[in-house]
Amino acid sequence: MRRACPCSDFSRTDMLRQAAAQAGRGLPSIEPGMPLPAGTGLSRRGFVARSLGFALAVYGADRVINPLVFEEGIAQAATSDRVLVSVFLDGGIDSLSTLFPAGDPRYYELRPKLALPGSTGLAFSEDSRLRWHPSAAAFATLHGEGKLTVLPAVGYTSPDKSHFTSRHYWEVGATDAGLGTGWLGRYLDRAGSPDNPLQGLSLDNRLQPALATARVPVASVDGPDRYTFSKKRTPLEDRMIAAVGSLGVAHAKSKDPALRQAGSAASQSQRLRQQLLPFGANGFSSPVQYPASTEREGFPRRLAGLAAMLAAGLPIRCAALKAPGMYDTHADQPEELAVGLKLTADSLLAFQRDLEARGLADRVVVHLWSEFGRRAKENASDGTDHGAAGIGFLLGTRVRGRMVGEYPGLAGGLDEQGNLRATSDFRGVYAAVLEQWLDADAAAIIPNARSFARPALFR
Amino acid sequence: MAALSVYRGTFGAAEAERLLWRAGFGPRRGEAKSLAKKGLSGAVHSLTRPGAEQLVGPDPKDERGNPLAPYDAVGHDHMWWLDRMVRSSNQLVERMTLVWHDWFATSAVGAGSQRRVLDQNALLRTHALGSFADMLIDVTKDPAMLVWLSGIKNTRLAPNENYARELMELFTLGAGRGYTESDVREQARALTGWRARRAPGKGPYDFHYEPRLHDSGSKTVFGKPGNYDWQAACRLCLEHKSHPSFFVAKLWSYFIPTAPSRATQAALEALYRDKREVRPVVEAILQHSDLYRGPRMVKPPVVYAAGLLRALGQGVSTANWARLGAMSGQRLFHPPNVAGWDDSRWLDTSTFRGRWYLAGSALAPLNNSESAAGLPRKGDKLLERTISFFGNPPVSKETRGVLTRFADGALAGASPAVVENALRQLLAVSPDHQTC
Repeated sequence: MRRACPCSDFSRTDMLRQAAAQAGRGLPSIEPGMPLPAGTGLSRRGFVARSLGFALAVYGADRVINPLVFEEGIAQAATSDRVLVSVFLDGGIDSLSTLFPAGDPRYYELRPKLALPGSTGLAFSEDSRLRWHPSAAAFATLHGEGKLTVLPAVGYTSPDKSHFTSRHYWEVGATDAGLGTGWLGRYLDRAGSPDNPLQGLSLDNRLQPALATARVPVASVDGPDRYTFSKKRTPLEDRMIAAVGSLGVAHAKSKDPALRQAGSAASQSQRLRQQLLPFGANGFSSPVQYPASTEREGFPRRLAGLAAMLAAGLPIRCAALKAPGMYDTHADQPEELAVGLKLTADSLLAFQRDLEARGLADRVVVHLWSEFGRRAKENASDGTDHGAAGIGFLLGTRVRGRMVGEYPGLAGGLDEQGNLRATSDFRGVYAAVLEQWLDADAAAIIPNARSFARPALFR
Repeated sequence: MAALSVYRGTFGAAEAERLLWRAGFGPRRGEAKSLAKKGLSGAVHSLTRPGAEQLVGPDPKDERGNPLAPYDAVGHDHMWWLDRMVRSSNQLVERMTLVWHDWFATSAVGAGSQRRVLDQNALLRTHALGSFADMLIDVTKDPAMLVWLSGIKNTRLAPNENYARELMELFTLGAGRGYTESDVREQARALTGWRARRAPGKGPYDFHYEPRLHDSGSKTVFGKPGNYDWQAACRLCLEHKSHPSFFVAKLWSYFIPTAPSRATQAALEALYRDKREVRPVVEAILQHSDLYRGPRMVKPPVVYAAGLLRALGQGVSTANWARLGAMSGQRLFHPPNVAGWDDSRWLDTSTFRGRWYLAGSALAPLNNSESAAGLPRKGDKLLERTISFFGNPPVSKETRGVLTRFADGALAGASPAVVENALRQLLAVSPDHQTC
């Protein structure tokens, strides 16, 4: 049986770790328009309320938000914006497992049981000493077409080995435990609008923290045709959902954060249903075949839905979702890794083909990331423990398609804990994506952006 | 010991209602009123020191009317516990079991069997208000946990850090609070020795301690060398100076959404440090003025679900409840990861929709037929009936205003019976009802 990720996440613990440190200092009040109180443990609650559209309270301070405003906002939002899709490989994955150094004898010493033989997988066209994991054949195809950039060792200095801390760093775009907005959320706060929840879309049943905003609304939904509130739409149901929106507006200015949060969820839900009504009635179809998934709302279907929403002109700027698979391979790594990696790569190839068929390919770039890599030396459970530098990818017709940062060396190249050293910094990658793809001011979004070298990522 | 702030205001039905939501799964009809008569400490003690458990109401069934098969049938694990939350007379024991399920979050998928996580559930219930130290020892050797966090793969020859890391990060100390990467590795060595037998098609069984697999060499943990074993590994965490503050702050957060004051934190730590007992700390939290005077909390989805069934006098009778749990963001025995559920994110556009369907399922058996006669044709009157239908919970004037306008508008095109059904649904998903 496949395992869900057994490790930690954004959590109560995170909040409490800081809350304990801050106990007694008193909580700063969260006022409309006030920047997030960095470093106050309980800020998580406030920030979440905001990410769910407590933003409305900010914008609603001087005018009452009428749900209709959102429809206007959506109608007016440009639909030719560039799109960034963030895909999270949950648990930690590195190049030794994905693009393995078949030409390096140290690899076989470090992973005597897990190392893949040089006869398996496809050769990497930029460097014949490297080979693709057999499950990543779709990545080899995309790379061969110049549509896949590999970041073989991306990370940061003094890497943290906790899933939740390292993932948090990646999500907020800084090694800052107290930062409460996601890096894409801060981009949307600057570039997005107060009346378009679809601009930051979690294709998930939960909000992806990288999209957490301070000011503008964002949404989460399983799939575009899944956002219905009854089997068959009726006038009474329409009236009820309108009342749901009104309940939200009525509590948007409540003094109580929980009431505000519940109110925001209500009004955001009403608006999202409005936006997705066309899909609810007709579903969607894809011009290409996606791989099958055992999950009903699996990764391939979410990607297919995203392509359909983009084709329908819905104003999505950033989307975020989790890749299938469990990459925290402490044990039984060969099976754990192969299944998830194959479905991930095959689905992304189908998504790329879908975008190409719909004429959208030049507008969309996918970024794949993981919170860290694995320990270079395998453990004795046929697995690997938490490591440092991980592997990342950028996918799309507009990426340069060449490796960014050197392949991590194994001979003498490991850090003092036996982990791969990063050859590129995730914050430099973010800054480059913001500047070169999203046309944004990275310095305003990534803390200390100036100190990170930007690789040239796009053509 | 610093004084703990005890709530001294009025303890009426509204306060009792909040207590029943925070320390249980909400009131049954009339329960808030009768609990209020006991006064604050009487009410709290009735929860923290309950008598023998009674299950009130008919046994749960699946949609074919058969008894549940919680060990085997998909979703029946969720239904089994949801039913106990609804029917148990020991509400706080169930609520604390839910706290520990989140604290030591173990997934049925990761543990490889529903039976194993249900056995763990029984263990957590036994310790629900007892000794945290005893619970930690039992959880460490619990088969579900040994599978979930690789304990049975952690041997002298091949240490596996999975449990050691979470033991400190999530269970006892908190991330970055007084331990190093080296402590993780050394604790992993101390924890070696647990094993299970395996048979084809059967998975692991016969979980036991095997001294020859234990690393009996010297380890250095938290700067102190010693020949530690798995019990010592737990004890070192429990005696670590960062543990009481972690324990108190984390436990507090399940009941009260704002951080305790420094004095309260210190007093609760002192209360806990004494014997590592849960009950005195919970009793102090439940009587604390912050619980009654502070802001509201979003109800966890399963609390919301059980509470609806309790208020409506309904039982668990379809397997839908597991799916509805997942849709609303909390499928029991399937936490998202070992850190448990993220309670700061219960509500978003997706989980709101889950709660919408959940409320619909709880209400469906009680819906008026379309032709039901004798109902008032005025919005405010219909709303009063609806509120009373839910046992008269507090409802804000904002919500009353919106729902009255809705009803008046809807009555133009639909019968009062149908509009009343709609009002019940809307009240159930209103911000008032999603929070407590």
